[in-house]
Amino acid sequence: MSTQSPGRLEKILSSGGFAVTAECGPPRGASADVVRKKGELLKGLVDAVNVTDNQTAIVRMSSISASTHLLQMGLEPVMQMVTRDRNRIALQSDILGAYSLGIRNILCLTGDHQSFGSQPDAMNVFDIDSMNLIRMVLTMRSEGRDMSGFELNVPPRMFIGAAANPFADPFEYRVIRLAKKIDAGADFIQTQCVYNMDRFKEWMRLAREEGLTEKVHILAGITPLKSAGMARYMDRRVAGMDVPEAIIKRMAGVAKDQAIEEGLKICLETIAELREVDGVHGIHIMAIEWEEIVGRIVEEAGLLPRP
Amino acid sequence: MIVGEQKPIEEIKEIVAPYKNILILGCGTCVKTCFAGGEDEVAVLTSALRLAFKKDGHKINIEEHTVERQCEDEFIHEAAEAVARNDATLSLACGAGVQAVARRFVKAPILPGVNTTFMGVLEKQGLFTEECSGCGNCELDIFGAVCPFTRCAKKLLNGPCGGSQEGKCEVNSETDCAWHLIIERLTALGQLDNLRTYISPKNWSPSLSGGPRKLVREDQVI
Repeated sequence: MSTQSPGRLEKILSSGGFAVTAECGPPRGASADVVRKKGELLKGLVDAVNVTDNQTAIVRMSSISASTHLLQMGLEPVMQMVTRDRNRIALQSDILGAYSLGIRNILCLTGDHQSFGSQPDAMNVFDIDSMNLIRMVLTMRSEGRDMSGFELNVPPRMFIGAAANPFADPFEYRVIRLAKKIDAGADFIQTQCVYNMDRFKEWMRLAREEGLTEKVHILAGITPLKSAGMARYMDRRVAGMDVPEAIIKRMAGVAKDQAIEEGLKICLETIAELREVDGVHGIHIMAIEWEEIVGRIVEEAGLLPRP
Repeated sequence: MIVGEQKPIEEIKEIVAPYKNILILGCGTCVKTCFAGGEDEVAVLTSALRLAFKKDGHKINIEEHTVERQCEDEFIHEAAEAVARNDATLSLACGAGVQAVARRFVKAPILPGVNTTFMGVLEKQGLFTEECSGCGNCELDIFGAVCPFTRCAKKLLNGPCGGSQEGKCEVNSETDCAWHLIIERLTALGQLDNLRTYISPKNWSPSLSGGPRKLVREDQVI
């Protein structure tokens, strides 16, 4: 699964290290400073930073440009790319452009439906799905050709990521889908936030049984909880999210001013448990608009210094 | 069949307001079946419009007429005199019908009274569901006869997203998740292995994406 010009994330994962990635949501505006401030909060604490692509279908600074700002600061971006807004022509073009700017990691997604966003009147594209996008990036990398078969003078040698949700329905299909993403070309997987450890471990067991953990690096998703309300909201309102009642009760059981500390405790316990799961090669911290907390999580989890 | 829904009366009032004499032209095929533009709907709309305009103190003459199909010349001709007698025609056919009528009557304004919504199935009395988007390249054999291009909100062709819950779509909890249905069908057919097969990007060129389409049946052309 080598890209020939590996970035930091690929080097760490391929040498058997335990990777730490975090998320940076670009601003709803044209300020590079906002991106840089978020970058400063993450610098030296994580191996790579995912830059979201108009997440929840809300218009934000493009993933390519925010990734480039981070790159200029010495951070390594994982450019997220969704198939909702661009057809195959635009996707390939942007992958070439991103690589030319120095971006080495891509996370291939289909993207949230526009009806969840701020402009539900928009038309979606969905020319191809995330599986096709993974295969497209692989073909560009390994065969040096675009989708028409045209030979690229410099192929974009991206390290290819994909998402997986071990908690979604139907459960039996989740491992088949993971296998398909690996066959399509995924080098690494970032999962939905893990709160339901039993279900996550069962999914990992099935993945190991199919030999999938030998073929791909799995980074487990972590989102620190701020309050019982947030836990409940995520469980009930966020599609594909599973927050067990025990976690919600635990968050509700502490005084309000202690909720953040309790959330952090849950986070650290989860990370400690994940590190023991065979086949988990890292964590992906999605502290939504709360990048300040990432440093504490990484430090208290004993994951510093980063290589 | 083609499913459509009559426009709200307020919108129809605005559309026909500039005219004194209007013809409401029904269509006796698809839109009749979905209660949007058959003879009965023409009659109901006529009464409703007369009442509404009377209330506003606005004078308008409305004539009613329904043909078998507005997408075929043979039937359109039957309405020729009625169209000529009026200042404008409000067609209650689908968008294809409106256009077919318009191109036969160059000088007569032909106005739409129906929003054409989709190609679908009468699931039960009063419930229509969209099942086909006419992509011109049917692949239902792979998907257990459930079309993900039409019935999955994200047109996923390689399996379900992570957002469906209890078999319902994350975009609308009233809508069945197409992939849930596909998996059910393939399980029943013993073809679950199909799910492991990578499905290549769809060729959209035979769809509307390749430009407006024409179908020529040489054997039928006179």
